[in-house]
Amino acid sequence: MTHASRRSRRLALVATLAGTAAALTSCAGGGATSTSGDVDTLRVADYYTDEPARSIIGDTLDACGASIGVTIEREAVPSSDYLSKILQQSSSRTLPDVQMIDAQDLPAIASSGALSPLAERSVPTDNVGDSVLSLGTVDDEVYGLAPTVGTIVMFVNNDLLQQAGVAVPTTWDELTAAAAALTVDGRYGIAFSAKNDGQGTYAFLPLLWSAGGSEDELDSDAARAALQLEVDLVSSGSASQSTVQWGNSDVGDQFLTGSAAMAITSGTQMSKLDAEGGRNYSITAIPVPTAGDTAVAPLGGEVWTLPRSGDDAREKAAADLLACIMSDENQLSLAEQRRVVPANPELDSAYLETLPQLADYVAVVRDGRSRTAILQEAWPTTNQAIWTAVQSAVTGQSSVDEALADAAASAASAQ
Amino acid sequence: MTSVTTPTAQTVRRRPAREGRAPGRRRVSRERVYQWLFIAPALLYVVLFFAYPVVKNVVMGFQDYTTASFYTGEAPFVGFANYVTIFSDPTFWPSVTNTFVFTIGSIVGQFTLGLAIAVFFRRRFPLSTILRSLLLLPWLLPVIVSTALWRSLMDQDSGAINVVLKGLGIIDTGIPWLASPSIALLSVIIVNVWVGIPFNVAILYGGLQDIPEELYEAAAVDGASPWRTFWSVTWPLLRPTVTVVILLCVIYTLRSIDIILGLTRGGPANSTQTLPTASYFQSFQQFQFGLGAATSNVLIIIAFVFALLYLRASRRSLTD
Repeated sequence: MTHASRRSRRLALVATLAGTAAALTSCAGGGATSTSGDVDTLRVADYYTDEPARSIIGDTLDACGASIGVTIEREAVPSSDYLSKILQQSSSRTLPDVQMIDAQDLPAIASSGALSPLAERSVPTDNVGDSVLSLGTVDDEVYGLAPTVGTIVMFVNNDLLQQAGVAVPTTWDELTAAAAALTVDGRYGIAFSAKNDGQGTYAFLPLLWSAGGSEDELDSDAARAALQLEVDLVSSGSASQSTVQWGNSDVGDQFLTGSAAMAITSGTQMSKLDAEGGRNYSITAIPVPTAGDTAVAPLGGEVWTLPRSGDDAREKAAADLLACIMSDENQLSLAEQRRVVPANPELDSAYLETLPQLADYVAVVRDGRSRTAILQEAWPTTNQAIWTAVQSAVTGQSSVDEALADAAASAASAQ
Repeated sequence: MTSVTTPTAQTVRRRPAREGRAPGRRRVSRERVYQWLFIAPALLYVVLFFAYPVVKNVVMGFQDYTTASFYTGEAPFVGFANYVTIFSDPTFWPSVTNTFVFTIGSIVGQFTLGLAIAVFFRRRFPLSTILRSLLLLPWLLPVIVSTALWRSLMDQDSGAINVVLKGLGIIDTGIPWLASPSIALLSVIIVNVWVGIPFNVAILYGGLQDIPEELYEAAAVDGASPWRTFWSVTWPLLRPTVTVVILLCVIYTLRSIDIILGLTRGGPANSTQTLPTASYFQSFQQFQFGLGAATSNVLIIIAFVFALLYLRASRRSLTD
C-alpha cells in the first residue's frame, strides 16, 4: 500500500461520507421545497385501522384533500402503538401535518409544545358545541377539534324487558331491581365494563358524575355510592364477575348474543348491533341516583390536531384540511355513518331526522363532559387510579372505602 | 501489506536502537488498528443497540422525563426521586412478589413438563416425528393470538375449560380463571407454561440426543430400572443443557410482558402486575417515563444477576 493509494482511499471515504450527507440533506430538503408555494401532499395520521371506520375516515380525508387541492398521505397506526409513534415522531420532529389524538391523551401531548394552538392557525371553532370544544382545550387554548363525539349509554333489550314485565330503569334502585329481575340461568341482567383500562373508568364516570361526584375528589360520598352500585350488581349476581375483563366491545357482544339483557357501554357499539340486524333494542341515558337528577356522561372521541412543522405553506394547507373535516356537512355524514353525534349542536335536528331513535343519545352527549377538563395532564394517573379502585372493589379484594381511599392517594401523588 | 513491513524491518535493523523503536511501535499500533477494524462492526452494533439503550434507560431513571421531554429534549435531573417514588408506591412490592412467583412458577412448570415430554420422545414410535413438530405450534403462534385464544377458553361463563369441567361434574359453578384476583396469577402462569414448553422440549431433546446410546445399553445390561437410568445416566449428562435452559428461561420470563398484557393487563385489581407491566403503565399510561425507567432498571439489575450466573454456567460447561 503506497502513500498515494492510501491518500486516494481516504479521499474516497470522505467523498462517500459527503455523498451520504448530501443525500440526507436532500431528503430533508424535500419538505422545504414546498415553502415556495404549492403543497401537493399532506401527511395525516390516525388510529382507525378497523373497518368500517377506516374507510369512512379515509374517504372523508381524500374528499377534503381533493377540495383543497392536495393528496392525502394517510397512515392508520394500530391504537396500541399509536402513542409511542407520536412520541417518537415528536422527538425526531417528523410529526404528520394533521394528527388525530384520543381526546384523553391530548393534554399530555399538547403540553409538550408539539402542537399549534388552533387560534394561531386561524381554524374556525364556532361550529362546535361547548362540551366538544372542551375536549380539545388545554390550559384555555384549543389544540384539537372533534368532528363527532360519542358517549356511554345504556342499551336495553326491549323483548326481554317486555317478557319479564320490567320497565326501562331510570334510577339506581330501579336499575338494581330490573337487573335482578332480568337475571335468569345463562343470562345476566346487566353487563358493563370494569376492565383495568380507560374503559372501566369510562363506565364508572357517569355513575360518579350523576351522583354529584368529581374525579378530583375520589374519597367522597358520591364516589362511594357509585362504586357500591357496581359492587352490588356483581355481588348479587345480576352482572358477571367477568365484567373485570370486559371492555366496551365485549359488553356489546354480551348484549348482542343475549347473554345480558341490559348493557352500559359505548354508543359506538350500535354499529355492530345494527349490522347484525334483528335486534329489538333501545338506547337510553344511564340511570341516575334519584329521579330528577341529570345524567352526566363522559364524552369520548378523537380530536384532530395540527403539529408544528415550521413550514408556512404546509401549515396553512393543514389548517384548511382540518377546517374541511370540521365542516357541518362532514360532521353530519361522519356522525351518521359511525353512529356518533356531530360536534355542532345546530345539526341535531338534521341528525335526528335520519336517526330518530337516537334522541336520548344526543341529549346525553349535549350534557356530557370531557374527562380531562378538570385534571388536564394529571388525568392519566387518576384514570388508572379509578379503574384500579373499581377492580379492587368489584372483585372483593378490598372494601369500597379502602379502594377509594387508595385511589385518592395515588391520584393525589400525581397532582 | 508485505511491501510496507519489509522496508520498515530493514530500517529498524540499520538504525540505532533508540530511534528504531518508533517505527516498531508504529507497526504494533497499525496491527492494533486492523484488529480494532475487525471488531468495529460488532462493537458498533453492541454500542448502538445494547449499550446505548441501557445507558439511556439508566440515565432516564434519574430524570423527570415526560411527553414534553420527547419534543424539547429537556428532562431535568431529579436524583433518586424516581426511585423514592417507586419504592414507596404500595403496589411496588406486590409487583416484585408477582414477578418472582410468575417466573418461578413458569420455569418449574415449563421445565418439568418439557423434560418429561423430551424424555418421552427419546423413544422412537410411529408418528413421533410428526407429533414432536406439532408440539412446536404454541411457539409459532403470535402471543397476541394465543392470549386471545386462552382468554376465551378461560372465560368464566362460556369458556371451553369451564364448560368441560362442568360437563364432567367436577365443578358446579364456573371458575373465574382470569376474573378473580386470587386465581388470575395461576392462570397466567398456566398459559405461560404452555407457551414455554416447546422451547424447553426442543433444547432438552437436543441435549438428550448427545447422550451416547451405549450408556443406556450398559444400564440395560446392568438391569437398571427406567427410573434409575434417568437419574444415573440421563440427568448427570443433561446437566449442562439444563443449566442453560433454565437460566435462559428465567431471563426471558422475568422480562415477559406481552402474555400478561394480553391476558389480564396486570389485573384484576393489580393481582398479575409484575415489574415489566408496572413499568409499561408508568411509561405509557401515566406518561411518567422516568418512573417507568426506574422500575425497569430494577428489573435490569435482577436480570443481570441471572445473566452473570448464565455466563458462569456456560463457561463451566465449556471447560468440562
